[in-house]
Amino acid sequence: MKDVFTRPSALADIPMHYCPGCTHGIIHRLVAEVIDELGVADKTIGVAPVGCSVLAYKYFNVDMHQAAHGRAPAVATGIKRVLPDRVVFTYQGDGDLASIGTAEIVHAAARGELISVIFVNNAIYGMTGGQMAPTTLQGQETSTSPGGRKAERAGHPIRVAELLRQLDGAAYLTRVSVYDAARVIKARAAIKRAFQIQLEGKGFSLVEVLSTCPTNWAMTPREALAWLKERMVPHYPLGDVKVAEEVTGQ
Amino acid sequence: MAEAILMKGNEAIAEAAIRAGCRFFAGYPITPQNEIPEYMSRRMFEVGGVFLQAESEVSAINMLYGAGGAGARALTSSSGPGLSLKQEGISYLVGSEVPCVIVNIMRAGPGLGGIQASQADYFQATRGGGHGDYRTVVLAPASLQELIDLTVEAFDIADRYRNPVLILGDAVLGQMMEPVVLPDMLTAFPDKPWATTGAKGRKPNIINSLYLIPEQLEEHNLALQRKFNQMEATEVRYETLDCAAAEAVIVAYGTSARICRGAVDKAKALGVRAGLFRPVSLWPFPGRALLEECPRAKLFLVVEMSTGQMVEDVRLAVCGRQAVHFYGRTGGMMPTPAGVAEEILRLTGHKGGQR
Repeated sequence: MKDVFTRPSALADIPMHYCPGCTHGIIHRLVAEVIDELGVADKTIGVAPVGCSVLAYKYFNVDMHQAAHGRAPAVATGIKRVLPDRVVFTYQGDGDLASIGTAEIVHAAARGELISVIFVNNAIYGMTGGQMAPTTLQGQETSTSPGGRKAERAGHPIRVAELLRQLDGAAYLTRVSVYDAARVIKARAAIKRAFQIQLEGKGFSLVEVLSTCPTNWAMTPREALAWLKERMVPHYPLGDVKVAEEVTGQ
Repeated sequence: MAEAILMKGNEAIAEAAIRAGCRFFAGYPITPQNEIPEYMSRRMFEVGGVFLQAESEVSAINMLYGAGGAGARALTSSSGPGLSLKQEGISYLVGSEVPCVIVNIMRAGPGLGGIQASQADYFQATRGGGHGDYRTVVLAPASLQELIDLTVEAFDIADRYRNPVLILGDAVLGQMMEPVVLPDMLTAFPDKPWATTGAKGRKPNIINSLYLIPEQLEEHNLALQRKFNQMEATEVRYETLDCAAAEAVIVAYGTSARICRGAVDKAKALGVRAGLFRPVSLWPFPGRALLEECPRAKLFLVVEMSTGQMVEDVRLAVCGRQAVHFYGRTGGMMPTPAGVAEEILRLTGHKGGQR
């Protein structure tokens, strides 16, 4: 009998801890599919963050390095500079990358580190129980923005891909989502492109993936996907934010 | 035998590291250690290594975490305020068993403090300034030759235990010049089958310090403790000067110990049976050796460029058997041989000492 759907070999065959309806599982799978398709599993080193995806080091069937909160781009820099012919990616959430790790991500991009960053933005701190994130929308209720985020108290949500756009070292910055099948397919293509840009030595690449957190958004998985599409996408528009000339060849 | 050449302390550390096989350096500018990154920024490229000026001390230590994890011999250097920032990374490096070497060319604190020499980071270095139950070997050279020799040794110790090693110098050692003999370039290094180099022909390697199951985390901690116990048993280093017959023993390390040699001479010239015990490893602290090497000691005088930190380890070792006194200068001020000698004379009731 022919297999028509199997687990990517770069994804470990163990149960994941993610909540029902969380889209981390989909994004993990997309990264693993790309590693398989490019045939780079035996030369890939992944860097796991602190946050919901802290256990990513267990889920990818490649060498993995678990980093301190926000420091994944610095750790990835160390690995890639020592082993320049390997593929190095980080997998980071919004608290990790856009709050405590802003210095590390900005400077990794500015240096044009040949790493690929998978940035999962779900507008909330999931692991610690639903606190306000740097990407939490105005008016969004969290455990540290009761009554909804207010600009006069808590400032404004950060658009990371746009923030990094002006850095010359950033070759490819794009924002995708996984709220329906068509978007999942586009997200996979973006992740593949980010890895290819690294393999071709063209510069720093980051794929921002808009994601859900049904548990801390207090929604059903279906409601969460709708909220992502209706509330998050208008603030975080999907599409390429920067594709450098080295990448387009123009 | 190689020829002696004149070098500055900070540059001697950098060249010694290169010769020990260090091929990765990440650091951030801070006085008084800037000659280390400056030297590395050209030397690393001559030997095919990596030099990175990091955006912060936090990033620098985490770059080492990645580079050391990928199998490289990796070095970072800084001074007090920068070491404070590195503590998070050091805790992770120990917890994940990743080797590296960290140099602290101490300046005076607390806070921004000043840029003159100090020994006030002893607690931070020997107690572990980061979170969790952990230890790092701390080596304290007192000359430029020792700076070189201990830098080379530090990489071996780090690899042997898969643990960071700290070198604790100060602004005097970093900035002074002395004739030194450099070692040959090392070419043979231990295998690192645990490193994250890509899982080619083997199962994936994971570098990690997270253990959510308490039973597993306790077991991990106990395994680390067994390693620390092994370090305590085998990595003790010290030097003695006239300790066997000494009734008054000065205990000092690094630059303070150099100053105290002069004080011992002065005190002995006035008839005081004085000696100098110099810890070279600050952790593990040579407490047992201190008692064994100084059988006639009636009093110990601990001399530090701080308000008294190592004195606590001496008190723990002596455990009330003899009197333990302290003499220190701080804030970038230095003890003088005359000042220390006078203190020895005063404590021993010698008529040359002021009361």
